[in-house]
Amino acid sequence: MQGVFFLTAITSIAAVALICIFLFYNGVPAIAEIGFFDFVGGQQWAPTNQPPSYGIFCMIVGSIYVTAGAIIIGVPIGILTAVFLARFCPAPLYKIIKPATELLAGIPSIVYGFFGLMVVVPFIRDTFGGNGSSLLAASVVLGIMILPTIIGVSESAIRAVPEPYYEGSLALGATRERSVFRVMLPASKSGILAGVVLGIGRAIGETMAVILIAGNQVQIPTSLTEGVRTLTANIVLEMGYSTGLHRQALIATGVVLFVFILLITLSMQAIKSRSEKNG
Amino acid sequence: MDKFTIKNMNLYYGKFHALKDVNLSMQENKITAFIGPSGCGKSTLLKSLNRMNDLVEGCKITGDIRLDNEDIYGNMDVNILRKRVGMVFQKANPFPMSVYDNIAYGPRTHGIRKKSELDEIVESSLRDAAIWDELKDRLKKSALGLSGGQQQRLCIARALAVKPEVLLMDEATSALDPISTGKIEELCLKLKDQYTIIMVTHNMQQALRIADYTAFFLLGEMIEYDKTDQIFSNPKEKKTEEYITGRFG
Repeated sequence: MQGVFFLTAITSIAAVALICIFLFYNGVPAIAEIGFFDFVGGQQWAPTNQPPSYGIFCMIVGSIYVTAGAIIIGVPIGILTAVFLARFCPAPLYKIIKPATELLAGIPSIVYGFFGLMVVVPFIRDTFGGNGSSLLAASVVLGIMILPTIIGVSESAIRAVPEPYYEGSLALGATRERSVFRVMLPASKSGILAGVVLGIGRAIGETMAVILIAGNQVQIPTSLTEGVRTLTANIVLEMGYSTGLHRQALIATGVVLFVFILLITLSMQAIKSRSEKNG
Repeated sequence: MDKFTIKNMNLYYGKFHALKDVNLSMQENKITAFIGPSGCGKSTLLKSLNRMNDLVEGCKITGDIRLDNEDIYGNMDVNILRKRVGMVFQKANPFPMSVYDNIAYGPRTHGIRKKSELDEIVESSLRDAAIWDELKDRLKKSALGLSGGQQQRLCIARALAVKPEVLLMDEATSALDPISTGKIEELCLKLKDQYTIIMVTHNMQQALRIADYTAFFLLGEMIEYDKTDQIFSNPKEKKTEEYITGRFG
């Protein structure tokens, strides 16, 4: 029987290993052929030109911009929501808000994309000009998409802080707000950081919603209302018709994305082990 | 002089009548101890004095509690009350910050920003709590790394840093070893020159050693209140005598 458990346990490891092998086996030769610095640092993405050029720097920047925008919008809202849910929310209201945030996590990303396309993009077009499909639109929608992750993880982190800290602060004459923001929140910072990192992971890997609303131009945007193409979008948009080195270059784009996710996961582990050490 | 006056006070937790018609006055610059078996209401009474009972859902208080003749459940701002009436808890609860930030937390809360002023308060509070020599080289270290006894004295220093008038101690030594307990008792005797100390204790020897006045509680009623030596040598009530001679509790 233990053998069965062992088999199920190694399934996920095997999956990760297979994905790694597939990605690197197909992607690394392409990077070698294009040249590492031309691939990662090149600003020209023109696979159909003669000769073709395969620089994904714009997409790397695009992914980072879009993720940063999502963090700027999603993190403050998410953390403050978590504080409210954990410390201030009256029970009847909690029964409404909590399931609502959980529902937010269950909505398929294509629906977020539609919402962005029908509501956010026209709003940005009418308010700020441009055609609406932009870095800003992607940031707003991704910011909403990462809310449930940040709220959920942060709320449990805040709830895990021992109550005597709160009482100790009140007993010194601090208000409830000060006690929460100066004692409870700092005490839960590693948990909250873990939530933020998870949110970053979700934002950088998001594809469907982003394709619909980001504009997808290969460029380094100079304003929030300009279009942007992410690494994920690059793969999905061109995978269908690509062949040869072009196809391999797209897989190599996946390698770069994979390395990003790997870095995020590692930093997540580092945060975890540090917080365990500090108790 | 009377610092705290409690008149006809009743306290309910929902339907449970936790304190019954308590009348009591506590004198300035004295140590008053509340003793009695578990569940007699002594901690509940202590927490009513800085309104920490406000946090307990369904807690209702009737009657009159006055600090310097001011009704603390009336117009007084609860945060000002808690600044004037500091509290040390049963289990040491230093914040997960450095020693320095723990002490500076209270003064910062009450608007002190200047580094030099904060430095001075941190040093004098730690000195008053007789822990400066042990901690002066560790001000930037986390308070969670201190021993249990040091943590509790740090919490006393933290309470002193906001310059309270009264110090409430809720079984503050019950989780400590005899040596740490002795240090804190010594400290209380020193601090009573400047502060009014009200303590709850399970340890009758402790009350006998350091308290000027002792109140004995049983099942939510205050049975007897007198000078400590009077209570222990010549109690008026039979129940008090039975408790201090160890026949129950």
